[in-house]
Amino acid sequence: MLQATEAGRRIPLVATTTQPSTLTARQKALKSTVIAKFVMAGSGILMALFLLVHMYGNLKVFAGKTADGQWAFDVYAHHLRVMGEPILPPEGLLWITRVVLLVAVIAHFASAFKLWARAKKAVGGKRYASGGRVQRSYASYTMRWGGVVILLFIIAHILQFTTHTIDTWGGDAAASTPFERLVLSFQNPLVLIAYVIAIIAVGLHLTHGLWSAFATLGANTGAKARANLNKLAVLIALVIVVGFLAGPFAIFFGGITL
Amino acid sequence: MKLKLRVWRQKNSDATGRFEEYPLSDVDEHMSFLEMLDMLNEQLINEGKEPVAFDSDCREGICGMCGLVINSVPHGRGETTYQTTTCQLHMREFHDGDTITIEPWKAEPFPVLKDLVVDRTAFDRIIQAGGFISAPTGTAPDAHAAPIDKNNADHAFDNATCIGCGACVAACPNGSAMLFTAAKVSHLGMLPQGQPERWTRVIGMVGQHDEEGFGNCTNLGECTAVCPKGIPLESISRLNRDLFSALGKVK
Repeated sequence: MLQATEAGRRIPLVATTTQPSTLTARQKALKSTVIAKFVMAGSGILMALFLLVHMYGNLKVFAGKTADGQWAFDVYAHHLRVMGEPILPPEGLLWITRVVLLVAVIAHFASAFKLWARAKKAVGGKRYASGGRVQRSYASYTMRWGGVVILLFIIAHILQFTTHTIDTWGGDAAASTPFERLVLSFQNPLVLIAYVIAIIAVGLHLTHGLWSAFATLGANTGAKARANLNKLAVLIALVIVVGFLAGPFAIFFGGITL
Repeated sequence: MKLKLRVWRQKNSDATGRFEEYPLSDVDEHMSFLEMLDMLNEQLINEGKEPVAFDSDCREGICGMCGLVINSVPHGRGETTYQTTTCQLHMREFHDGDTITIEPWKAEPFPVLKDLVVDRTAFDRIIQAGGFISAPTGTAPDAHAAPIDKNNADHAFDNATCIGCGACVAACPNGSAMLFTAAKVSHLGMLPQGQPERWTRVIGMVGQHDEEGFGNCTNLGECTAVCPKGIPLESISRLNRDLFSALGKVK
């Protein structure tokens, strides 16, 4: 049932809990959860691409020594600082990457928080007597707490290997090379366990997150695409998990020594 | 068969709800779920108690009026796992001695009016924000005047089967109505008659969806798994693509 208002608009004769908004339809759509999801998906895919490159670089631990007697991993680590020279200043590309990733992390976390708060409000704390799972994946349950675990891990990881604030190799950072710090750190079982937990959280996050990002960006075009996108997400997650864990496990079990 | 029913009882939207247990015997396996509830209500009335309020209309699975969360699954899920409306769920899906938990849809934009009845007018307002086409009056054009690609016609029809029951919202852990909104956007957006308003439609409906307080989609697929009409999850991806295009086209 509709009733005309003074402004000529017709509003339904029912009790509404929401205040009429002064935003235009386009402004509302721009502020919608779908746009927040686009931001989430875009920043997530960007970070996943970084992880693939980072993982590939880490595999240099298996490359042994170069002809001039340096560890290949150290040569690679040094190259990251001079990459792009002389077009870019020293550490230029490194800082561009850092800023882009920082923006991606902030955008990802901010939209996650916005969407989480909205979903929490929409459900209103009311759930069913016994959970009510129909077919959702286990990985999808880990998105929110897993994301927090990953964020804490990233902070610890930077404090450990970038700023050298957390010393897990026992000694002066200036007197050691990246490869030495890496090998000495992962000989410690506690460092390895913390790392494994974080990488598993990353794997689960990517298993649902990548599929969800593809679907959000419009790639889910049918039942077949849905199955394939899920497989692709699992494949990328597996590659990243195995790629990141290979080095630390090889170090811990003595496959790689100084 | 003999059943124990745990039914959500709530006096009105302001009251706090709670479960009450009712034993029910002589339930016939050929009864529909709603006929079983009719039987419970007769028993309650005979005992001088308040009958359980629940929605229903056509009772043949096409109107979208009924909808109960049965054993924590919207519209219930029997052994055959056949996706259907509550009214088309039959008691042969249950066993003698079962305890069945019956709850209303639970989401903030769907306030409980009484017991198992929820207010779904939020859906009507989403439709008003764009779920229509404008057709000129006068002589109706011939039905075959505008050729439609068979594939598009099929997908539009699949989405047009949405009956707006709200099970997608009830199943969603985020309380999102994206599957409903996407079904309407897909249904009209894939047909020639829906083209003039295609871009303002998706913008309007997404804005209203959020204004009603529904949550966001996290692509879990719980909605499509309980949808009695099997609205596919890809409709949400199509809505996203349309919204992205629309923001570039509508100023």
